[in-house]
Parts: sequence; structure tokens; C-alpha cells
Amino acid sequence: VTAPDAHRAIDAVWRIESARLIAGLARIVGDVGLAEELAQDALVAALEQWPESGVPRNPGAWLMTIGKRRAIDHIRRNQRFERKLEELGRELEAEGEQAPEVEAVLDDDIGDDLLRLVFTACHPVLSTEARVALTLRVVGGLTTEEIARAFLVPESTVAQRIVRAKRTLAAARVPFEVPQGPELVDRLSSVLEVIYLVFNEGYAATAGDDWMRPALCGEALRLGRIVAELVPDEPEVHGLVGLMEIQTSRSTARVGPSGEPVLLLDQDRGRWDQLFIRRGLAALERAEALGGALGPYALQAAIAACHGRARTPEETDWARIAALYEALAQLAPSPVVELNRAVALAMAFGPATGLELVDALTSDSSLEGYHLLPSVRGDLLAKLGRLDEARKEFERAASLTHNERERTLLLERAAVLSRTPP
Amino acid sequence: MRFLMVHRVDESQPDAYDPRPETVAAVGRMIGEMTKAGVLLAAEGVLPSSTGARVRSSGGRRTVTDGPFTEAKEVIGGFAMVQVRSKEEAIEWASRFAEAIGDVEVEVRQVAEGP
Repeated sequence: VTAPDAHRAIDAVWRIESARLIAGLARIVGDVGLAEELAQDALVAALEQWPESGVPRNPGAWLMTIGKRRAIDHIRRNQRFERKLEELGRELEAEGEQAPEVEAVLDDDIGDDLLRLVFTACHPVLSTEARVALTLRVVGGLTTEEIARAFLVPESTVAQRIVRAKRTLAAARVPFEVPQGPELVDRLSSVLEVIYLVFNEGYAATAGDDWMRPALCGEALRLGRIVAELVPDEPEVHGLVGLMEIQTSRSTARVGPSGEPVLLLDQDRGRWDQLFIRRGLAALERAEALGGALGPYALQAAIAACHGRARTPEETDWARIAALYEALAQLAPSPVVELNRAVALAMAFGPATGLELVDALTSDSSLEGYHLLPSVRGDLLAKLGRLDEARKEFERAASLTHNERERTLLLERAAVLSRTPP
Repeated sequence: MRFLMVHRVDESQPDAYDPRPETVAAVGRMIGEMTKAGVLLAAEGVLPSSTGARVRSSGGRRTVTDGPFTEAKEVIGGFAMVQVRSKEEAIEWASRFAEAIGDVEVEVRQVAEGP
């Protein structure tokens, strides 16, 4: 085994074990920043010893033992933690003679620690940017450099964000714990928001971007699946995972040969990844099986599932999609959701029904300047044979969009209409 | 990136498909670990080759040979598909999986991603 090979193998172990390691150490020292430093010390020890000795049979336990020893050293320097030290010493001693059966029991504790880590990294005392960076770093096991490349910012910016985040957590004396009762739902939505933000950043990547950007979709899915196993009774976690799995299923079909976006209804459904669709549908079923009304993520997953189940665009259950958008609008009222509902209504019950809702939206000031409104309106008008009005709407949409390719498409549609004899 | 992990078993061994309860438990724990880590996409074990067949297409002609594949030293025993960040990570999971099964070879292959 050559040294670079050994280092790559250690990287892989780190990737798998670091979150649990940091989580376990944070429970002991009560500080995520310090826990990460101790975990890094353990990593340094591994980098020194494993190239010679080989990767130990249970590398996670090996790293944890070193980390705990470093924690003891640290606590020793702070004499007032005398009692804590004794406790930890006993814990280490007991673990030395542990039978493998005990590992399963300890596993639950590790799960609890990991969940505490997730909630702490996504704590509302931190800015959204800080939550994202800290979560990817301590839960996702990404390096500062990888996070910087993924978000197209300098490495020093990410490093700063993480340092400040750790300081903020310490200064605010954020306890290392899982929120209980009604607070749990709020705090969980902060966790899910961070994960979906990471996913969307990856989804927005375009051809030619650093590969680390689209890889964010995979990182978000991984985080989502981890949290789903930690809080299996929370339907919205499964909703979010389902949504991300189904969106992932279309990742190759949604980009054309020259990197141009391909709209959902124009995609070659043969290229949709059925494994991810099935995983998404299964996650949605888990959310539904937990009972109660679906939350915003589960509703969006249900909409994505309607498309995922349809083998052809014609098979799409538009009436159900319209109903799901209506439910979504009630939970989180938004003119964009309404516009989507109008499209679904038009597909289900004809362009006139959709146009009624779109016309009502034209007076909504928050959609002023939003190119999709005239674009959708133009499409519905054209279907109703009101070609002159449709052409004007496409021209208006073209003047509003910032995307060059989209502008060309819209102007082409307008041009076709002006050539059509009345 | 995704990796396929295929493990092979020696069907001449009596416990090829009848592993001891501790092996079953260890493999089950491993599957649980991979699920909790968010890396496992799918995993299945297969029945003895006597229940399977080999299909060959050659020059437009198909030949079907029913199992068991007695001439093969080892046959496919099952597969797992994982979504990970590097080949090394896939190798680490495959090693842990192999250790859970016992004496076994696991082939690790990267999935070709479109387009």
C-alpha cells in the first residue's frame, strides 16, 4: 500500500465516521467547535499510524478512543471538570473490554448524538449560510475547500463562516441537545430547509461548472436519508427525501445535448432513473403512512410523484396535481404556486379554466416582472385561439426573462403567431 | 457517484446459501449501517443457480442454459448499490460488507452515469 493510497483510504473512513465521531465528542465536551478539533486530532493520529499499521478492523472505534483521550487531555487542562474526567475514564475503561453485542446498544446512543449534532449545526441562532457550511462540514464530512468550490466562493470565506458559526454557538451557549415538544417541529424545519437549499444549489449547477456543484444533490440526499433514519416518525423528512429522490431521477433527462434545459413534459421519460423514482415513491408512502395532513415537502413530493408515475405526459393525473397545488397554496400561500395550479387546471379541465386563475393573478404585484406569468398566459390564449393577445404576452415574457435561450424561444413563439393567418 | 457491489459464492460449500444465524445478523446489521449512513440504494441476495439460467445471444441466435452452473467455481450471490463520494469510500463499505459475510469476494464497479 503506497502512502497516497493509504491517505485516500483514510479519507474514505473519515467521510463515513467523522459525523458520529464529532457528535460523540461534542456530547462529552458540550461544544461542537472543540469536538471537531478533537476529531481532527484523531484524524491526524490515523494519518500518522495507519499507513504503517493498516486501517484497523473497527476504524470508527479507534478514532473515538483517540478522540476521547484527547478530550481527557483537554479537560485535564481545565481542572474544574474533575468529575467529568472520572466519568470519562470509567467509560473508556469499560469500553476496553466490551463484547461486540454491546455495540448494537451503543448504536442508539450514537444515533442520538448524531441527531443532536444535526440540530446544533442547523440552529436558528446561525445565519442560513453558516448553517449550510457547518452542516456540510461536521455532518457531511466535506472539507472547507470542497464547500467553497461547490458554492463558488473563496475558501477563506467558508472557513470564516465555519469559525464564526462555532463561536456563535459557544457564545450563545446553545445546548448540545435534541429539541423537545413543540420546538422540535420548528427546529426540524430549519434542518430540512438547509438540506433542500444544498440540493437546489446542486440542481442549479450548469454544464461546465466544477463537478463539486452537481455533487451537492448527492450530499443533500445523503443528509436527508440520514435524518430520515434518525427521526423516522416525522413525515416531512420522508417528504423531503421523496422529493429529492424523484427530482434526482430526472437529472440526465432534464439537460439536452448542448447543455440546454429540457422542460418536464418534453423530457425522454425512458431516461428517468426508475430506481430513484421507486425510492422517492417509497419515501412518500412512508410520509403518508404516518397519517395526518401532508406538509409542504410531502405535497411537493406527491406532485413530483404524479409526474414520476406517468409513463407518458398524456397519462399525467393533472386533476390530482391541481388539487395538490391547492393544498400547498393553503399551507404556504404563494402566487408562484397559484400559477402552477393554473397550469395544472388548464391541463386537467381546459385552457379557459386555467386562464381564469391566471387573469386573477395579473393584478398580484409580487408577480410583476415575473416572465412565467405572461408566458403561461400566452400559452393558454394561443390554445383558445386568441392569437393576437397570445403574441403580445410572449413578447412581454421575452422582454422580462434574463435567460438568453428562453428569450429566443419566446420570440420564436411570438413570431409563429404573427405569421398565422387570422 | 454510484457503485455496484457484487459478491460471489462457492456453491460447492454447504453453507453458500444457508449461512449461520450470526452471519445473517451481521449482514443485516451492515445493511442497517449503510441505510443509516444514507449510502445504500438497493441490495438483494439471490437464490442458488439451480433456480436460474444463462442466456446467450450469438449471431442472432439465442441459447438458454438452465442452472445450476456446476462448471463455475463461484457464482453471483447478491448485489448492493451504493451512492458515495469516491471509489475509496465504496471500497471501505465493500470491505465492511465482505467482513460481515465472512470469506467472500466482493467486486466493486462504478456505475456509468449518463448522458
